[in-house]
Amino acid sequence: MSYEEVIFYVVGAVTVAAAAGVVFSRSVVHAALFLMLALFAVAGIFVLLAAEFLAIVQVLIYGGAVTILVLFAMMLTRVRDLPTAMDGPQKPVAFLAAVAFAVTSIVATVSTDWPGNTDKVNVIAFNDIGTALFTTWAVPFEIASLLLMVALIGAIILARGEEGE
Amino acid sequence: MIPINDFLVLSSILFSLGLYGVLARRSAVLILMSVELMLQAVSINFITFAVYLNPDTFTGIIFAVFVITIAAAEVGLALAIILRLFRNKATANVDEADMMKW
Repeated sequence: MSYEEVIFYVVGAVTVAAAAGVVFSRSVVHAALFLMLALFAVAGIFVLLAAEFLAIVQVLIYGGAVTILVLFAMMLTRVRDLPTAMDGPQKPVAFLAAVAFAVTSIVATVSTDWPGNTDKVNVIAFNDIGTALFTTWAVPFEIASLLLMVALIGAIILARGEEGE
Repeated sequence: MIPINDFLVLSSILFSLGLYGVLARRSAVLILMSVELMLQAVSINFITFAVYLNPDTFTGIIFAVFVITIAAAEVGLALAIILRLFRNKATANVDEADMMKW
């Protein structure tokens, strides 16, 4: 077993454990902190895939902004103080559905014969990603920026509420 | 060298955990967090396919960039809606948000 595989199994175990913490934790704040750990571990997975750009973006956007935003929403909606149960009565059905999906998808993955070289990560250069993003994918890029702006305006209007409220 | 299946199996497990969270949780904030986990699994899948099978055009990496962008917009909007729901109904529990039910 190469050292890369050892690192992969450690980071992968942290990812799965943190994700399990998010969905099984009894406390919402703990769930949010587990989410932060899971997102950082996924950034580690991205590094193992030689996608450093996405790893950096992941740490900046998810590790920074998204987790803080989720914690803010928890503070403002006081989810912690509400006496309702965290999980609905549909829990066993949800568990069965998730297990069924996991089994199907893992069996499909393992039994598929992937075309091409499947045991070596091809390093994609940083500047190639930038060039592709601003030439081949320039139109989707601009649409994404427009979408972000619309979402921002929508979020402000929704959260602000009507006049005189 | 890590075989491609390891990444794909990890992504499947992550997606299933997110799916369980979306189906089982009642608080809208916790459902949103589970959706984030599922999006992460999808990103891992896209990048894996890009770096193993398609290194010339690496569409998967570009797609993952857009997944992260959309996820950021989605979180901001979803939290605004949750805030609004909390202000109108004094709850963030999705079972009680049944105003549009027939």
